[in-house]
Formats: sequence, structure tokens, C-alpha cells
Amino acid sequence: MSNETLSILVAGAFAATLGSLLATTTTNSAIAQGTEASRLEKCYGVALKGQNDCYAGAGTTCAGTSTVDYEGNSYKLVPKGTCTTMVTPKGHGSLTPKNS
Amino acid sequence: MQQLATDRQREFAAALLDATLATPPGLIGPDGELSSKRFSVYRNNVVLGLIEALRANFPATCRIVGDEFFRAMARAYAVSEPPTSPMLFDYGAGFADFVAVFDPAVSLSYLPDVIRIERAWVEAYHARDAVALEPVALAAIPNDRVAELRFSLHPSLRVVRSLFPAVTIWRMNITDGVPRSVDVDSDGEDAVVVRPGAEVEVRLIPPGGAEFITALASGQSLTEATRRAMTEFALFDLSTNLAMLVQAGAFIGYGFAQGESYGKTEAR
Repeated sequence: MSNETLSILVAGAFAATLGSLLATTTTNSAIAQGTEASRLEKCYGVALKGQNDCYAGAGTTCAGTSTVDYEGNSYKLVPKGTCTTMVTPKGHGSLTPKNS
Repeated sequence: MQQLATDRQREFAAALLDATLATPPGLIGPDGELSSKRFSVYRNNVVLGLIEALRANFPATCRIVGDEFFRAMARAYAVSEPPTSPMLFDYGAGFADFVAVFDPAVSLSYLPDVIRIERAWVEAYHARDAVALEPVALAAIPNDRVAELRFSLHPSLRVVRSLFPAVTIWRMNITDGVPRSVDVDSDGEDAVVVRPGAEVEVRLIPPGGAEFITALASGQSLTEATRRAMTEFALFDLSTNLAMLVQAGAFIGYGFAQGESYGKTEAR
């Protein structure tokens, strides 16, 4: 296949992809964007020591590093809507870091 | 003195993983005698800890071969390739290659690829956060520049290729998977593993797609990547593959010349 033919094919396929993606975008993108974000939320103050989640980035070791039960600045990813209903011996879960 | 300490550490470390080696001298109990029993307890704890780390990192593999087999296999691996970092979430990079030549598991030809999927999952889980490109961002690209388009791929993205239906087998053996019979000789499956948000997603790649993604990841233009994919699979469907990748959150930015980049949003 010649370079030119291939370029035309690529541009055509790209436009088609974009068309199909954008046609469904308002619904889909809201879902795709929120798939993870809306199913889970960071819940502070409910993790047992050593059980906190973390996905901060390469080289960080904070997952499982909290040393205190229900530490206020450690979070656990929990199904959305369940965080503030969680009751620990130190009070309810919180969507923002709290002072423990 | 320094040399002495290093030798002693090396001797101690070697004896930890090799039960046929003697208890390192100088490890004494309350009676002042050499305490082999105490050293054995410690030795056992070290190996069990490593086995547990592997079990946590490779749950589907454990479910496939059973707990007893997995523990034996993990023990053999731990002894031959102890971790080089204290961060055990990262332990097991060489596990797939080890299992591929581990005699008792050789009949499970697909197993190393399932392990590779699980390893890619762990790597994606711990990779840096980044915000994926929205389809609307791509709409801004002028039509006459599409051919030379280059993408920046999500830092969590991994591709796993398999000659076996490894993705199907993996999926049936994760937490809520339901195992059923699989024809191990059916078509190979390639997977793309990405973590666009908080959760890792594993998707099947259409034919030719793995080659396509690999070319894009190495900085090739959309046209060049398409050419490579078509070399591997003549009927490569660019549209399907692109849509899948955009929806997977595989792209975080784009540019035109090599090394140039637009629309890239760094995660904090």
C-alpha cells in the first residue's frame, strides 16, 4: 500500500472513530470518565493500620504503611456512598482527611 | 571490620533461604548454646512471608493451580529469586519466566501468560496517575495532520500477548469469575491493561492491536503504527482498535513531531 493511500485510510478511520465516539460521548464519556471515579471514593479515617490504599505513583510505598487503626489522614477506596455511613470506634468515615 | 560484617550478612542471608546450610555461628539461645531451632523459626517466617506476598500478587494463578501447588511453586521461586527490594508489592517480576521452566508446571502451557497478566495488573495498579484524553480533545485535531499524529500513552498501560486464551482463563479465575471449560488450543488472546482512574481494567485487544499499541508506545506515528499492525494482520481494523483505546483511557496526550506533545494533563 502506498504512503498516500495509507494516510487517507488512516485519516478516514480516525474520522469514523471520532464520529462514533462523539455520537455517544455525552452518555459514554460521563460513564467512562466516571467508571472508576464514581464507583469508588477515597474514604478517610476508616482504614485499619497497614490496610490503607494508595495509588500515588511509582516509588511510593504508602499502601499498607499506616501504623494506626482508623488513621485520619489515611484513606481506603470504598464503594461510592458508603464512606460516611461507616462507623469506626473513632467516629464516621470522612470524604476529606481528618485530624486523628 | 566492614568486610567482616558484610561476609556475616551474606552468610546469614544464604542460610535463610537454603535449609541445607548450617545455622550461622554465634546465634545463641538463653543457655548460651547455638540455637538452630530459633534460626529455623526465623528461616520459616522469611519464606512464608515471601509466599504470602506472591499469593497476594498472583491470586488467579493460585486459584488455577490450587493452594498447595502454588505454595510449593512460590517457595521454589522465593528461594531461587528472593526479592531485591523491600517493597513486596513489587515482588514477582520474574515469576512468569520462572514458572515457564518450572518442571511440575510445564504441562500448564498457558500459566506463564496468566501470571504476566497478573503482573501487568500489579504494575498498572502502582503506576503514576494520569488523566486520560477525552474523545472531544481528539476532535480538535486538524484532519490533514491525523496521519502524522503521535500519542502519549498512559503510564499504567501494559500489553500482554499470549498464544493461549489467557485473558479468558484469567477472567474466570479472579474473585467473582466462574470457571468453565476452555479450549486451551483456541486462538491466542492479547490484553491491554490500563488504570485510567482508581481501578485497573483488563481488555481484549482485537487482532493486530498489540503490534499497533507497541508501535504507538515507541513513539511511531498513527500511520506507521497502522502499517506495522497491517503487516502482522492484513485485515487490521484501525477504527475498532482506536475506539477501544480511547475508551480504555490509553492516551493522555498527543503531538505531531517526535517528542512534541499537546493536550497532556499531568496528574498531581
